[in-house]
Amino acid sequence: MEFGPHLMLASLEGAVTSSILVLTAMGLSIVFGVMRVVNVAHGEFFMLGAIFAWAVSTTLGGHPAIGFAAALIIAPIFVGCIAATADRLILRRINYDVDRTIVATIGVLYIIQQSTLMLYGPEARPVEPPFNTRISLPWFEFGENGFEMFWPWGLSITSYKLFVIFAAAFVLFVLWGVLTRTKFGLIMRATQQDRDTAQAFGVPVGKVYSWVFGLGAGLAAFGAVLVVPIQQAHYLMGGDPLLLAFIVVIIGGLGSLPGTVIAALLIGMSDGLISVFFSPTLAKIIATFLVAMVLVFRPQGLMGKN
Amino acid sequence: MNSFSKPAILHFGVLAILIVLFFVLPSYHVGAFSRIMVLAIYAMGFNLLFGYTGLLSLGHAMFFAAGMYGYGLTTNFFGLPLVPAVLVGVLAAAALATFVGYLALRTTGVAFMIVTLMFAQTAYLVIIYFGEFTRGDEGFVVQQAQRNLFGIDLTTETARYFTAFVLFSVCFLALSKLVQMPFGKRLVAIRENEERARMLGYDVATLKLWALIVSGAVSGVAGATYGLLFGYIGASFAAVHYSIFPLLWVLLGGAGTTIGPLIGVIFMFYLIDISSGYTNAYMLIAGLALVLITMFAPHGIVGTLRKRVLSWLP
Repeated sequence: MEFGPHLMLASLEGAVTSSILVLTAMGLSIVFGVMRVVNVAHGEFFMLGAIFAWAVSTTLGGHPAIGFAAALIIAPIFVGCIAATADRLILRRINYDVDRTIVATIGVLYIIQQSTLMLYGPEARPVEPPFNTRISLPWFEFGENGFEMFWPWGLSITSYKLFVIFAAAFVLFVLWGVLTRTKFGLIMRATQQDRDTAQAFGVPVGKVYSWVFGLGAGLAAFGAVLVVPIQQAHYLMGGDPLLLAFIVVIIGGLGSLPGTVIAALLIGMSDGLISVFFSPTLAKIIATFLVAMVLVFRPQGLMGKN
Repeated sequence: MNSFSKPAILHFGVLAILIVLFFVLPSYHVGAFSRIMVLAIYAMGFNLLFGYTGLLSLGHAMFFAAGMYGYGLTTNFFGLPLVPAVLVGVLAAAALATFVGYLALRTTGVAFMIVTLMFAQTAYLVIIYFGEFTRGDEGFVVQQAQRNLFGIDLTTETARYFTAFVLFSVCFLALSKLVQMPFGKRLVAIRENEERARMLGYDVATLKLWALIVSGAVSGVAGATYGLLFGYIGASFAAVHYSIFPLLWVLLGGAGTTIGPLIGVIFMFYLIDISSGYTNAYMLIAGLALVLITMFAPHGIVGTLRKRVLSWLP
């Protein structure tokens, strides 16, 4: 009975990690899928989301929920606009050449990171969660006295963390709807399939690219706004999500959206479990190494095409 | 009659200038150039893979760190003398490159960059994880007494400069020669068109693996030398920044040129050195440089020169 409840708590923590990860990785995956651009600055868009969330919620004041709700809408839009601008100013001019976009986005990474350091400072700043009640977890066991429920059990999770899981699932659902049911989704998939033919049919490919790049960054920013009440906003916070998102995108299969979701769940859950039972550094080492192993046996990733 | 070709004159000219610089430069810049030469070794190692073979690795810091820790840990914990300790560092880097190459070269293009980045991150985390020995981020210092070659104290300015110079010269001349040899030409063939190289009957997979091993070993030389000459070993040298720097230097100087890496390091070193007088956010300068290079000078300084004026530049 000692192990079970801890496992449940670890899985819940893992689900929270997975939720943030799935949004970040989805952004990276969509950008790669449609534009064939590896956005190394993705982690910095995540970080910007968190910083904007802090800025919005402190300027608005009042009840934390007001600021948080505003941040949830404003921060992704802001970040999306910054990303779209970067696309227009830089990526378009180098013609989305694979090697050069990587180098350019590394440059963008440093520019965003250092500008944030100069404007915002090196401190980590918290954002208050809109609600944060502790919810004790029940535990059921079939023991000597038949079926028993233990509650309260001492282990608990906050209502906010449960909200994160649902919010991520909701966004994912909306995204799926947009991609499969709307005209924008259709145009996006057409561009992904064949850029030149799409252009010949009158699809404004340049505009679609800016939108997609903005959408990818916006998804990361949305994940970041969700994460700031748990983890403070800091100018160096983009590194870990970037690496984890990379891992997820590779393991899922470059550009495959279902693969991305599955891999995010896999990595997030295992990260949660290993972090609780062993150490966070070890969890990261294992996750990073997992990528190598996946590539040895399946170079195209879990759901990728050959 | 003309036994020296233009490239050979250029290469020996560069080395001659580096000797002259020691006598004419003020002390601060002599120190700066010792560092520049060591970093240029690293850049040249990176250039062999990126500039000549066309493989963009985002994880070279692991080879630099392997050289550095291979040297530092053996000299500190086993009291190995200088030369064997440096050799251990270089071998460690070469072994790591073999292992990483064996796995990572199964992938191509974007996946290769990401996979090398992942491996480097694993290496970085391993250094942090074994903080008991490596002292993690804090790092450790190699004592002056251990940095002694046959009675010569390598911590003096002169010895440091000329150790860096000798190692730089060896790597510089060897790599310049290597890329002129059939091996180097084959690497360029792979860069230009991998399919065609394969069709011509070259064993592309083996060639790429060798390119990575040599590149990793040279980066290891740089890492071990850095630890040896500057006496400090820390995990920050294994972090992502140190994988990005050689890319920046090589792009700036000119990828696939023999003197490009050195030019790139000198340029970037002084750019950051001068700008840090005005701002401490020097990474902003590096970032801007990266973006501007990719947008306006994709061939770098030497590459542009070669394209416009001096077509003989190696």
